[in-house]
Amino acid sequence: MKNLADQIGYSQKVMEHFMNPHNVGVIENPDGYGKVGNPVCGDLMEIFIKVRDDVIEDIRFRTFGCGSAIATSSMVTDLARGKTLDEAMKITRDDVATELEGLPPRKMHCSNLAADALHAAIEDYREKQKKG
Amino acid sequence: MEDRIYLDHAAAMPVRPEVLSFGRQFPDGFAGNPSTLYREGLLAQEAVSGAREKVAALIGASAAESIVFCSGATEANNIAVRGAALRNKKSGKHVVASAIEHISVLNPAKDLQKTGFSLTLAPVDRYGTIDLDALGTAVTPETVVTSVHYANNEIGTIEPIREAAEIVHDRGGLLHVDAADAAGRMPIDVERDGIDLLTLSGNQLGGLQGTGALYIRPGVRVQPVLVGGGQERGLRPGTENVVGIACMGEAARLAKEEMPGESRRLAAIRDRLISGVTSVEEAYLTGHPTERLPHHASFRFSRIEGESIQLAMDMLGIAVATGSACTSRTLEASHVLLAIGLAHEEAHGSMVATLGRGNSVDQVPRIVGAVEETVKRLRAITPL
Ligand code: FES
Repeated sequence: MKNLADQIGYSQKVMEHFMNPHNVGVIENPDGYGKVGNPVCGDLMEIFIKVRDDVIEDIRFRTFGCGSAIATSSMVTDLARGKTLDEAMKITRDDVATELEGLPPRKMHCSNLAADALHAAIEDYREKQKKG
Repeated sequence: MEDRIYLDHAAAMPVRPEVLSFGRQFPDGFAGNPSTLYREGLLAQEAVSGAREKVAALIGASAAESIVFCSGATEANNIAVRGAALRNKKSGKHVVASAIEHISVLNPAKDLQKTGFSLTLAPVDRYGTIDLDALGTAVTPETVVTSVHYANNEIGTIEPIREAAEIVHDRGGLLHVDAADAAGRMPIDVERDGIDLLTLSGNQLGGLQGTGALYIRPGVRVQPVLVGGGQERGLRPGTENVVGIACMGEAARLAKEEMPGESRRLAAIRDRLISGVTSVEEAYLTGHPTERLPHHASFRFSRIEGESIQLAMDMLGIAVATGSACTSRTLEASHVLLAIGLAHEEAHGSMVATLGRGNSVDQVPRIVGAVEETVKRLRAITPL
């Protein structure tokens, strides 16, 4: 029998990340912090990063949102971990969706949120660096 | 894997086996059109009129002819709101609906605005009970139709229909009541309650999907929404869904007969479920604590989102509903939850459990356990 995940159009991968999300939590005194709200449905996501030598050494997230929002945050943190800041800035919502073996069209906006939160965290880090 | 527990009877009821076997009595190759006069037609006619009597009996209507069969509650709501408003527009071009009506009432009411009607939405309190004072102000002598449902399908609250009827009749208008969720679950008497138009769903009684009925008090004038032949007094033209109607009649008969016992049984499960779930941290009942449908338990959980709840519960083998914006096609929060005063993010964490024959009190611990597990997991992820 088909389950709800199939009905919504969530892949196996989405469900793995939803059921066991990676990199959940907070980093105390993070080097960068990004928080974005989803203007479409009103959800919320935050990402914390620890940077060393321009590389994302540690990354954590917390999300208030649907299955897709949780899975995309988990995936984006996996993708960004170990990357240089420039590489991580290039991660797009499509990369996140592709790695998750696709997202239903009405849920693409949630993957925006994940990519945006990551970029916001990196920008926050860069701002702080500038200020020294 | 453990058996699945189905808790979304508000979305769809399993068709009762007794009803299906009643429907099977029609001989194979049954081709009866009630409008024809030969033997096959008569058989069909009898099936439809028998069903009309049974449905009328369920809601205390003394004239069986007051029942018009149609394709479901959505169609009945459309005929009632649109058909009664348009037919009676000489007396005024104003309609009133409670703010938490089903969308199949709200949309035809909004649509009437395009033809020069005005619409007032009557507010409800934090339990979803209609504010009778506000209703008294909203309904004027210009108001032709006022629509207040018997009970709400998202929060379970039962409305004070008799009081609403008094207000409406005092100002000379018609009261339409959508009883799709209440019928068969609590005693309804259209005559005692003062109801002019009443919507019923065949499936919510345990009959087939795609069947429904509208009660129209004798003397109340309604114009057709769909035009064609003269079937169902011209209000629902087209050859009747004979087997579906017969099944709806049988479902109504069974519901009436079994209602006292079954409602008591469901209410006992509901109460156990409510006390179990609301003992979870930051879990709250939505809707009225006592004036609620016997099969209906609805909640909200702070700081987490409903689709995630639904998905996680589904993985644990339990089917529930939610009014979260993330699950709606339009990504808007449920109008019902907003109307009872919940903030957008509060409406987000809603979970609705509606019970039926397949549920028992033994399932409650497993349901509550699944809720606890789900809430704990999602709260560990939330930034709020
Ligand atoms: S977070 Fe609301 S739809 Fe995904």
